[in-house]
Amino acid sequence: MSASAKEKDPFIASLGKIYAGYTGGFAVFVILIAILEQMGVPDRILGYLFVGLTIGVYAYIGIISRTQAVAEYYVAGRRVPALYNGMATGSDWMSAASFIGMAGSLYALGYGGLAFILGWTGGYMLVAVLLAPYLRKFGQYTVPDFLGARYGGNAARLVGVIVLITASFVYVVAQIVGVGIITQRFLDVSFGIAVFVGLAGILVCSMLGGMRAVTWTQVAQYIVLIIAYLIPAFLMSAKVTGVPLPQIMYGFALERIEGLENQFRAAGMVPPPGVTGWHTQPFIGANGQFSMPAAVNFFALVFCLMVGTAALPHILMRYFTTPSVREARQSVAWSLFFIFLLYFTAPAYAAFGKVEIYQNIIGQPIASLPEWIKNWQIMSPYGVPWINIVDVNRDGILQWNEFRIHPDVVVLATPEIAGLPYVIAGLVAAGGLAAALSTADGLLLALANALSHDVYYKMIDRNAPTARRLIISRTLLIIVAIAAAWTAGNAGADILFLVAWAFSIAAAGLFAALVMGVWYKKTTNTGAIAGMAVGYVVTFGYLIWSEWFGLNFVQLFGAKEQIVAAARQVGTINPNFVSAELRAEAAAIVANAANVKDGALSWFGSIIGIPTDTVVLRNRVVGRLWGINNISGGIIGVPLSFLTIWLVSKFTTAPSQAMQDFIDDIRIPKGGVRLADQREAVE
Amino acid sequence: MPLVDSQEVQGARTAAVDRATGEAYWKKTSGLMWTVLAIWFVAGFGIHLLAPMLNPIHILGFPLGFYMAAQGSLIIFVVALFWFGKRQNQIDEEFGVQED
Repeated sequence: MSASAKEKDPFIASLGKIYAGYTGGFAVFVILIAILEQMGVPDRILGYLFVGLTIGVYAYIGIISRTQAVAEYYVAGRRVPALYNGMATGSDWMSAASFIGMAGSLYALGYGGLAFILGWTGGYMLVAVLLAPYLRKFGQYTVPDFLGARYGGNAARLVGVIVLITASFVYVVAQIVGVGIITQRFLDVSFGIAVFVGLAGILVCSMLGGMRAVTWTQVAQYIVLIIAYLIPAFLMSAKVTGVPLPQIMYGFALERIEGLENQFRAAGMVPPPGVTGWHTQPFIGANGQFSMPAAVNFFALVFCLMVGTAALPHILMRYFTTPSVREARQSVAWSLFFIFLLYFTAPAYAAFGKVEIYQNIIGQPIASLPEWIKNWQIMSPYGVPWINIVDVNRDGILQWNEFRIHPDVVVLATPEIAGLPYVIAGLVAAGGLAAALSTADGLLLALANALSHDVYYKMIDRNAPTARRLIISRTLLIIVAIAAAWTAGNAGADILFLVAWAFSIAAAGLFAALVMGVWYKKTTNTGAIAGMAVGYVVTFGYLIWSEWFGLNFVQLFGAKEQIVAAARQVGTINPNFVSAELRAEAAAIVANAANVKDGALSWFGSIIGIPTDTVVLRNRVVGRLWGINNISGGIIGVPLSFLTIWLVSKFTTAPSQAMQDFIDDIRIPKGGVRLADQREAVE
Repeated sequence: MPLVDSQEVQGARTAAVDRATGEAYWKKTSGLMWTVLAIWFVAGFGIHLLAPMLNPIHILGFPLGFYMAAQGSLIIFVVALFWFGKRQNQIDEEFGVQED
């Protein structure tokens, strides 16, 4: 069926019209809501309309795209044009964290937050050049399919599946939390119910039509999210600078921020906890001076996010859906372009928000703050109000450090800060929801496909008929979705920090094996499996050890000063979050500080000249090897994985001639692919 | 429903191009790969090492170091990827290995 489809597919030919009509329809819908608002319809009803109608449209696309064909279910029939695949990848990629959280991180961290912008875009260079065209040429269904075919079957496939599941599951839970937060706020239901409402929206899209439905829904979601992100930024720019070109005009906002920061400092004020006092200054410590650990952390994070981007299976599998290798390459460029549109606007949001707050809010009497601030002084799921006004010096005047805003509010409250009507707030909510739903869809599908295709079909029952495979796939999709929603409902917002881990885990587990599989012919099966296992175990182990056993970690890798400092930090944490044993142990170390010795591996812990230490994060004392935060945990695992593959491949039997032929075929766009093992073919 | 792709996969018993062409093609493709990775490294890391030095220069209010990380490098990434797609297509055609 796909062969005739390639000739002249009326559906593909009319995509432009369909989505242009859809975009127009969405614009009309937003205008209608604006009119309803002027007529006095209550905000709550408008919120319902926004959330209900957009989810309804996604569900409708999901239902009309339902399919019984395996190739449609797994790779959308391989006929998604480069441009549309780029849009779909854009919304697959940009999650609630990008849409809601990114601008907030930039607000808090200033230059330091740009690591996210660089890391989450630059990774596509690696995808385009090293992987996407070759995975497309390989032409099967999943990323573990490639590992199985290249590295001799089930062992490699299984290791790939384990890495995929760990990284994707952590990531999908965070998306469902995001869906829950937005639904909760705009439908006014409890968080637990909100999670399951969001889940229903996700499942209708992906369950019936698999990749085909997810693709066309994601394109629709991209259109909503980008409109929802750009419009408030344009209006905000018009309000602050008089010119509605946020990406160009925020330079002047940056200048004003620098001036105001100097003014505040001259008045003896300090920034609130977690917010930098030098918005545009790179690589600085708390005192504003150059700090080597800050620079090392910046580049380590950029590196991990880039490599992680190029290893996350839900992104890589999008490039299995284009009609040709040529379009796969083109499609990565389009993906990055569509992502770029949002990412180069995010720093503008942060700058305008900051100018507005520094200029008009700081220094005002607390009793007469504007209305929008009062609206946001409600409790967040993180246990503190979204905007927390703390009158530290009790003078009734809002000081710099007395205004504490949760990063997520920066985007969500922009419409109110700029004094825009509620319809814009509803638009932002619809955009955030589109971002979270589209990413959750892609991740759930990657998870369910790995379980149904790679584990069930390839490893358990190779003779399963098509119908049964699809039933198993759909059943697993629901089971995984419910498991993720259950985790989200119970662990809630506490696990959002795990998202950054997903990148390090995917990077260390998969990247080296995928890249070397294409680019280094001598990579052997044993080498690749060892490399994936080492990267995964070291990174995951390091993350768990440093996060939950930070004191123990620094006792091995730290010098005596850092060990005593870590023990002191334990004492500063709220006792509800620290076990009695740990408190006792820490107290003993502090009491006996003079006799504490360097850790056994402290020479290794200071090998790059920056000592291994600890910081208090998330109510825990978290270890940092070489002073690098553990969200960049992949910095050790990725090189180690490459090294292991290379070394083991040197000492194991070189790949067979048949395998070399297979690699030759993958490298060239023309012709078919001669699999070394025919049992690895898709059907 | 039958799958066309699998026929394609199983039908391929011989290489699409001869060995010498394949090797020459791969050499040129690798060259392009290293070029793009060099651009990636400079735009993703290299320039930002200089950020503290670039920052005193202001353009339209932007400190240049900040601008490069917030926009400049991103524009380089996007342009480089479209250029890469075009360049790789030329190489494909030069060696006659493009898809039919």
